[in-house]
Amino acid sequence: MTDMPQKPELSDIPDAVSEPKRRFSIQLVWIIPIIAALIGLSLAVKSFMDRGETITIIFKTGEGMEAGKTKIKYKDVQIGEVKGLAIASDRSHVVVTAELSKDARGLLVKDTRFWVVRARISGGNISGLSTLIGGSYIGVDAGTSTQKRDEFVGLEAPPAVSMDVPGRQFVLHADDVGSLDTSSPIFYRRMQVGQVISTEMDRDGKGVTIRAFIRAPFDQYVKANSVFWHASGVDLTLNASGVKINTESMVSILLGGIAFQTPQDQLEAPPARPNSVFPLFITRDDALKHVEAVEKYLLVFKESVRGLPVGAPVDLWGVTVGEVTKIDVTLDPAKSELSIPVEIQFYPERLRALSRNKSPQAKPPDSRELLDALVARGFRAEIKSGNLLTGQLFVALEFFPRAKPAKIDWSTNPPRFPSVPGSMGELQKKLMQIVQKFEKMPLEELAGDARKTVQSLDSTLKSAEKLLKNVDGTVIPEARSVLSEARQSLGEVRKTLGAAQTTLGGANQVLSGDAPLQLDLRETLREVSRAAQSLRVLGDYLEQHPESLVRGKREDKQ
Amino acid sequence: MTAMTASAAGQKLCSCHVCNLVSRREQLSVQAHCPRCGAFLHFRKPGSVVRCWALLIAAYILYIPANLLTMMETGSIFSYRKDTIISGVVHLWKTGSWGIAVIVFIASVTIPLLKLMSLTLLLVSVQRRSRWHPRQRTRLYRLVELVGRWSMLDIYVVTLLAALVQLGAMATVKAGPAAVAFGAVVVLTMFASMQFDPRLIWDPLQKERNP
Repeated sequence: MTDMPQKPELSDIPDAVSEPKRRFSIQLVWIIPIIAALIGLSLAVKSFMDRGETITIIFKTGEGMEAGKTKIKYKDVQIGEVKGLAIASDRSHVVVTAELSKDARGLLVKDTRFWVVRARISGGNISGLSTLIGGSYIGVDAGTSTQKRDEFVGLEAPPAVSMDVPGRQFVLHADDVGSLDTSSPIFYRRMQVGQVISTEMDRDGKGVTIRAFIRAPFDQYVKANSVFWHASGVDLTLNASGVKINTESMVSILLGGIAFQTPQDQLEAPPARPNSVFPLFITRDDALKHVEAVEKYLLVFKESVRGLPVGAPVDLWGVTVGEVTKIDVTLDPAKSELSIPVEIQFYPERLRALSRNKSPQAKPPDSRELLDALVARGFRAEIKSGNLLTGQLFVALEFFPRAKPAKIDWSTNPPRFPSVPGSMGELQKKLMQIVQKFEKMPLEELAGDARKTVQSLDSTLKSAEKLLKNVDGTVIPEARSVLSEARQSLGEVRKTLGAAQTTLGGANQVLSGDAPLQLDLRETLREVSRAAQSLRVLGDYLEQHPESLVRGKREDKQ
Repeated sequence: MTAMTASAAGQKLCSCHVCNLVSRREQLSVQAHCPRCGAFLHFRKPGSVVRCWALLIAAYILYIPANLLTMMETGSIFSYRKDTIISGVVHLWKTGSWGIAVIVFIASVTIPLLKLMSLTLLLVSVQRRSRWHPRQRTRLYRLVELVGRWSMLDIYVVTLLAALVQLGAMATVKAGPAAVAFGAVVVLTMFASMQFDPRLIWDPLQKERNP
C-alpha cells in the first residue's frame, strides 16, 4: 500500500558505505552470565561453607530464650544462634535447636558445657547484668575432649570454673555444708587460690560432698596429707587462755570458705592427685590435730570417771599429747567387777618431736619400742582432776617409779595401756581410812569419863565457894580498921601540904613579871647577849683577816 | 495488518541507529556505514537475541541469591533482625502493614519475575519464528520496558534506610548481600529488554509473505 507511492523517492535514499565484513566469533556478552554464574556459585559455596553445625541442647526451662534471637556466645563472642525451641515429647524439658558457626565446630565435643546466662545475684558476685538489656544468651565452656557430639544437656547454673583455667579438682567430705556454696573461696595461707565448684548431698544422706577447684600453680600445694577446714565466718573460741577470734578474710566472714594447709615437713612431697578425697574439718584446730599420726590406746579404770568428757585432754607433764575418744562401762561377769575402758587417741609425733629436731634424717624411733621402754620405767596413765570447782578430769601420763610392773598389752585392739588409780581415788581412799579410824575410836567411854570429870569439877568448885565465904567472915573487919587508920594519916599529910603551899605563894610574889628584881635581871641578860654578839663578830673578822691584828682594819673598797 | 508485513529490511533499506538516516544496503554480506554519520549500519540490532539471552540468564542466576540472602539487617538494642525479601514481606504482613506488604511483594518479587519470564517468552517465540499474537507480544515488550526501572523499589528503601538509620548501638540498618544481587537482577533485565529488538517479532510474518 505504501510501497508504490514512495518508490520514486527510493532513488534519493543514499547508499550505505560498504566495508568487508569482520566476524566476531565470540560474543562478549556471554561474559555477563558467566560472571553472574560465578557470583551465584561463589555465594552458594560461601553459604554452604558458612553453614555451621546444628546442635540440640536440653534445658529444664526455656526461660529467656527466643528462637532466632538468643545468641550463643563463647567468651562473649557470638558463635551461633538459637533456631528453635521445642518441648520434649514427655514435656519434662525443653529442647533448644541451635546453629553454630563453622568456626565453632571445634567446640562441639563431649565435655563442652552450655548454660543460660541471665542476670544473677548470688553471694558476693553479680553477673550477667548486660543480659538485662541485651536479653539472655547461652554461654559455652569449651571442653577438652576430642569426642565429637551434637547433643548436649545444658547446665542450670553457670559453671564456677571454666575448663581452660589450669588447676585441679579435689573432693571434700564433710558432715554439713556450713555456709559454703558454689563459688565459695578457698584459701591457702589466707590467699584465695580456688573456689567451690559444687556442693551436693551424699547419696546415703550421711554427709555432703564438696568439689573444690584449686587454680594452678597453687594446686601443687595440695599434698596427700593436706588438711582442709571450714573457714566460714568467725571462729570465736573462749577458753582458759582467753578469747580467740580466727577468720580468713572479710569475704569468708560473709560468705564462708574453705582453707587448707599442708604440714611444713610435707611441702616437698609430690602433689596430691586430682580428685583426691579429703575430709573437711570444722575448725582449724580440729584439722591440725588430724595432721599427726594417731595411735589409739585403751585405758581401763576401776573408779568413777564422772567429769571425764569425751575430748578431754591426755596430758604429759602439762603438754597435751592426745585426747579421750570413747568411754564405756564393761562388766566382768566372772569376777562381777565393773571397769571403765577409756579409749584415747595418742599423737606419738609429739613425743618424737625432740629426737626429730636433732636429726631430721634419722628414722624416728618406733613408738612401740619407745612406749615399752617408758612403761618399763613406770610410765602410767591416771585420771587427774583438772579443776576442783567443776570436777573436770583429764588423763595424765606420769612416771610412777613405785608402781607395780606392767606392760602394754599389744594383743588387744586398741592396745591396752597400763593405768594406775587416779589421785582422786587415792584421796578418797585415804579419807575413808581416816573416817574408819574415827569410827574405831571408843567415843562412848570417852564421853563417860568426861562426864565424871565434870562432876568432880563441880564438887571442887563448891568447896572453893565455901572457902571464899570463910575468908569473907574473918579477914574483912581487920582490913576495915586498917583503912580508917590510913585515912587519919592522910589528913595529916594534907595539912602539911597546905603549909607548903603558903610558902610557895611568897616565892611566887617575888618572882612575878613586874617585880623590879626580875626587870633588872632581864636588862642585864640582854646586855650580856649583845656583848657576846659583838665578840662573835670580832672573832669572825679576825678569823678572815688575821693580819688586822698587826696592820689594823682595812678600808672597804667601794 | 498486511501492510505492516512489508518491512524496510525487505526493501534492503536500513536506518542508522545514531542519526536515524535511512540508507540502502545492496550487499548484505559486507559491513556498512551510515553515509551521514559514519555509524555501523544493521538491519536488526546485531546479536540481539544472543545478548538478550546472556543478560537474561545472568539475571536468572542472580535472582536466586537475591531472594535467598539477607536483604536488610536491622539491629537495635532490643532486637537484631536479618530479613530476606520474603521474610520482610511476611513480617510486614504479620505486623498489620498489609498494603505495604502487597506493594513490596509485587514490586520486589512479582515484577522482576514477570519481567524475566516475559523476556524469556519473547526470546523463545522470536527464536522459534513464532507468528503467535505478534501485536500482543509487542505490547508485552513495551510493558517490560516501561516497568523495568520501577522494580528498584526495594533497593531504594534499603539504601535510604541504611543511609538514614545509623544511630550506633541504638539502631542500625545495613544492606545485605541480596541487595546487590537484586539490584543486579533489575539492571540486567533492563539491559536485556534494551538489547531485545522488537522488530524481530514481526520478521517471521514478513518472511512468510515474501519468501
